[in-house]
Formats: sequence, C-alpha cells, structure tokens
Amino acid sequence: MPTTARTLLDKIWDDHVVCSPAGELPLLYIDRHLVHEVTSPQAFEGLRLAGRKVRRPEATFATPDHNVPTSDRRLPIADPVSKQQIDTLRANCREFGVRLFDLDDADQGIVHVIGPELGITQPGMTIVCGDSHTATHGALGSLAFGIGTSEVEHVLATQTLRQAKPKSLELRVEGRLPSGVTAKDIVLYLIGRLSTEGGVGHVIEYTGACIRSLGMEQRMTVCNMSIEAGARAGMIAPDAVTFDYLRGRDLAPKGAAFEAAVARWEKLPSDPGAVYDRVEIFQAADVVPQVTWGTNPAQVTGVDATVPDPGRFTDPNDRSSAERALEYMGLAGGTRIVDIPLDRVFIGSCTNSRIEDLRAAASVIRGYRVAATVRAMVVPGSGRVKRQAEAEGLDRVFREAGFDWREAGCSMCLGMNPDTLAPQERCASTSNRNFEGRQGKGGRTHLVSPAMAAAAAVRGHFVDIRDWQFK
Amino acid sequence: MQPFTTHTGIVAALDRANVDTDQIIPKQFLKRIERTGFGQFLFFDWRFLADGGPNPEFELNKPAAADASVLLARRNFGCGSSREHAPWALADYGFRAVIAPTFADIFFNNCFQNGMVPIRLDEADVEELFRRTAAAAAAGGQYRMTVDLRACTVSDDAGFSRSFTVDPFRRQCLLEGLDDIGLSLRHTAEIAAWEAAHGLPAVSG
Ligand code: SF4
Repeated sequence: MPTTARTLLDKIWDDHVVCSPAGELPLLYIDRHLVHEVTSPQAFEGLRLAGRKVRRPEATFATPDHNVPTSDRRLPIADPVSKQQIDTLRANCREFGVRLFDLDDADQGIVHVIGPELGITQPGMTIVCGDSHTATHGALGSLAFGIGTSEVEHVLATQTLRQAKPKSLELRVEGRLPSGVTAKDIVLYLIGRLSTEGGVGHVIEYTGACIRSLGMEQRMTVCNMSIEAGARAGMIAPDAVTFDYLRGRDLAPKGAAFEAAVARWEKLPSDPGAVYDRVEIFQAADVVPQVTWGTNPAQVTGVDATVPDPGRFTDPNDRSSAERALEYMGLAGGTRIVDIPLDRVFIGSCTNSRIEDLRAAASVIRGYRVAATVRAMVVPGSGRVKRQAEAEGLDRVFREAGFDWREAGCSMCLGMNPDTLAPQERCASTSNRNFEGRQGKGGRTHLVSPAMAAAAAVRGHFVDIRDWQFK
Repeated sequence: MQPFTTHTGIVAALDRANVDTDQIIPKQFLKRIERTGFGQFLFFDWRFLADGGPNPEFELNKPAAADASVLLARRNFGCGSSREHAPWALADYGFRAVIAPTFADIFFNNCFQNGMVPIRLDEADVEELFRRTAAAAAAGGQYRMTVDLRACTVSDDAGFSRSFTVDPFRRQCLLEGLDDIGLSLRHTAEIAAWEAAHGLPAVSG
C-alpha cells in the first residue's frame, strides 16, 4: 500500500500544523487572513478588551464590500448603520496596522475577487476569512475556508486556528464541457446531486479533465460554491493555468522568487495513488445549463426541464422543503423553466463578477436590448474588473442594452446595501444563494450563469443559452 | 464565556430542514458592531408579521415554546453564511442547546464559542423528540429536557435518554468556560518556531 501518497489537502495540512498538544485540537497556521466590515468589528473589539495585538498585520488584508453602496462613490453613505460599520473597519485597520483597500482605493472590491486578483492568494497557503465563500481561493490550490467572528479574533491574535482535520472528498468531473455550459452550471449540477449537506465535514478537491480545462476564473466560480454543498472548502490542484494567472500580480513573488515558488507549488498536486475519504464521479456531458427553482442551491434543474412536483420526492424532508420553497417562490410544479417570467437580472457577486463573467454576459447581449419588463444590473467584483471592462468597452455594451453599470461590491447578492429586491420580485441572479429573503425580504431568486442571466434579461424569461443567436 | 455543565429547559420544536443562517438572523440586522442584543431579531422574517406583530403560526410564538431554551430542529441546521450573529441571536434569545440530526460545520463550531451546545442525535431520536414535544403541546403543556455535558447525555423525565458525542477539547472549554485564545497563546513559542522554520520574519512583542 502506498502509505506516503498524499492528497493536496494532506500536503497543505501537514505543512501547517503548528502543534497538536495532548487533549487539544491541533493549531493550524494561517498564512493569509482576509477581513471585511460585517464579521470583524466584534473580533477587533475582543482584542482591544483583552489588550491583544494582531500577530501578523502584514498577512492580514481588509476591504469593505458587503455594505457598500454601488452607486456614485463620491456621495456619502446614506445608511448611518452601514456607514458606522465601514467607519469601524477603517478605525480598526488603522489601530491594528492592517492594510485596508478602502472605498476610495482603486483596488477595492469583493474580498474574494481582490484576493486572487492582487496575488494575495497563492497555492499551498491556508487562507481564512469571516465569510463562507472563502472557498473561492481554493481555486488556486490553497486551503481556504470561512470562519466565525470568534475565530476571526483567534486568528488575529495568534495567526492560527484550532481545527480538526476535515475529510477529503474528490469530485471528479470527466469529459469535455459541452458548448453553452459553464463552470456555474457544473457547480450547480454538482450541488444538486450532492445536496446542500453532502459535503459537510469534508474539503472538496475538484478533479478530472473537465475541471482541468477550466480557466482560472471559472475555477473560482466552482470552488466558490463549495459551501452550498456543505463543504467548508473546495480546492483545485495548481497547474500552468494557475501559475500563468499569478505571474506579475502585485503581491505575488517576483522574478527568481516567483520561479522558486512555482517549483514548490508544482509539488502540491495529489500524488498518484493518494486516497480520498470519498470519491464521486460525474460526466460533464450530462450537464445542461442550470436554473434553481427553490430556496436552496440544491433545488436546481436543467433549463430544458420543468419545476418539479413536490409529490415526486420520496424523502419527507425533501418533500416539505420543496412545498415550502414553491410556495415562497410562487411557482407550481410542472411549469416549464423557460416559461418563468423575470422582473430583475443581477450579474455580480463573488461567484460571477470577474472579467470573464462580464465578457460572457456581454457577448450574449451585444446587439440586443433588455426586455421592457426587466430591470437589469451589472456589478463588477472589484475596481480592477470595472476598469478592465471599461477598457474593453463592455460597459458600453451593457449600458446600450439597458443594463445599469455599477461600482464594485456585494450589491444584490445579499441586499445589505441599497440594492435589494422588492417582495415577490423575481430575479435571475449570478450569485450563490437563493435562500428566502437573501436578496431582499420576499424576493425570489433563481441562480444561473452570467450568459443565462444575460439572455433572460433580453427575453424577460429564461431561455436555453444553447439556442442563442449571437450577434 | 459562560460555562456549560448541565441545563434543564423547555424545548421549542422547529419542524424544518435546512434552516439557514439568513433565516436565523436576516442580514438587515448584521450591521451592529456589538455581540449582544441580537435575540430580538432571531428568525425575524418568520417570527413577525408585516405589521410588526408576532406571527401566531410560527413555532417559537406558540405557547408551548414560551421561554424555551432547547431548540429542536431538522437536518442541516445552520447552513449558509459563516455569520456568528446566528449563534449570538440564539444564545441571546435564551437558547443553551440545539438538537438536530446534522449541522452545518461553521455554525456547529460557532456554537461552542458562545456557551451553547450543538447536539447531534439520530434522525429517529429527533423524530421521537418531535413527537414528545407535540404531545406535550397537545396536552396544553410544555416539554422539558436536560442536557448534561459532563455525562454527554440528553434526557427527559419520561424515560428518554441518549448519549451524544462532542469533541473532548471543545467539551472541556465549554465545561470550564475557558478563553480559547488565552489557551492558544500558551503555544506562542511553537507558533514562533513554525514561523521561523518557514522563513517568516520574527514577530516582535
Ligand atoms: S458577493 Fe455575496 S456571497 Fe460573496 S462575499 Fe459578498 S455577500 Fe458574500
């Protein structure tokens, strides 16, 4: 038996265990700590009360994203409570010496977009953030996961975390991505197959030819949604795609140091014969463009299908969840997905707000107009993505089609800022959660890929992107 | 942190699977910068009607759940965001324990930091507890349970008793109400050694 063959997770884990004192959970070293305004104020306050410092401020990076208005940045923040939270982040970063990408910083953006973009995220690192979508960073071959605020405080004070080693789950996607199908469809499909708790207690490693063929940003889309299957982290082994993406990024190593880092990173992928605790195998050819119909991301189906009849579910929990979901969503079982009309379209969030996402959406709407019944908005994930899109003229494509073109932030992904759905408004959204009230109380969210969202904006209802006439 | 040894309290049954943290504490209440005062917003969108009055249909608003301190729930409780505001809200409302067949990982960890015990029981046992809670309510009463963290058991006074498992370190911290960070800081020398071995500059102080 090859006892020395290790998985990517094993290698990163082994390298970061500081100590495992008897009767205690191991202490895991944390290389990078990302901080945002919502889950950090109580952690900094805890440090202050205990007279503690941030152990490695230079490994800690902060940005406001959840609360920030995505309208004109020169205007003051109207909501006094949001403003207080952002002001508190500012004051805490100043007091504790943490680098802040503030609202007026050209590089501000959603924390999971700017981490990779600035080269903060690197292969082989352990990365945490008080946010469940931290798994996004695993796309670069790091172990990245979300933590609670008490743990944020623990990491600030000690640069470590108390952790039991999670189990490993290999999700292998074989074959080639069918045309019209995107990384978002792959991950929604996987969540649908696994259920929202299928990954609990596990770190997912996505493998297989289909995953390897994805570009860096598509890999981020896949890893981003690992938590929606219950897994705290998702990762993809680093390869040439990863190294090319990182080369030249602001905070990545430079020159000879970069080449030395690549030599280290090349040793990270799972060894042949490494054993995972669980393995599930899927075929890319089985995946069609996906649309969620319910109030959790596993309540999903193909665009060519119908809303399921709750009576079809054999498990009583699943059945009552489906009944409750359809009532909330105002949908009846048997309705064709393409017959669902929409009021709003949101392209953005840490799942799908990067330049490749915006290019994909723009290519669909070029030459078309947003349907008269739909209000549509695009929210770039960061200041950089926004500038890049503007340099490519994508903002014009969106604006001419009738989309609102906004400043970077989480925006309507969670409606903690002025961008929200009104009760009963129905939205095609490229974000990651369709929970009740997520985008605004009573709002109805359908999760889709950027291309599917763009096409739905034009037609006013879902359409199968595989039949789209690109102009 | 408030230590936890044993607790006896009224059970509130929340008969839904996949209760996510957006429901436990909706995002409009995440803007506070304190740890306290979240109980009033617990399950806000379910608990209150549009006019601000309590929703009589919601489980926690029923007489049988008045003053409850043990929450009984279905599968995958606490899924979704990492917000610790969810356990803060539950604890602030008065809950000391949550019983469910399964929990989301981050929520499960967050509970321990807040003097609250998350207890995993078999689906069949949870079903039985739902039955007992409903029977007590139907008789116009309330159902009580005792959680004993020293013995790792949950029981009622009508013959139900089960043991549950909990990580020994988390249990010890909870029993003694220990400061997690203080404990970890005892290992500062090991942390510094790790940093030195990985070529990181020394941390002063
Ligand atoms: S975009 Fe949405 S999911 Fe991502 S960090 Fe912001 S609120 Fe969370």
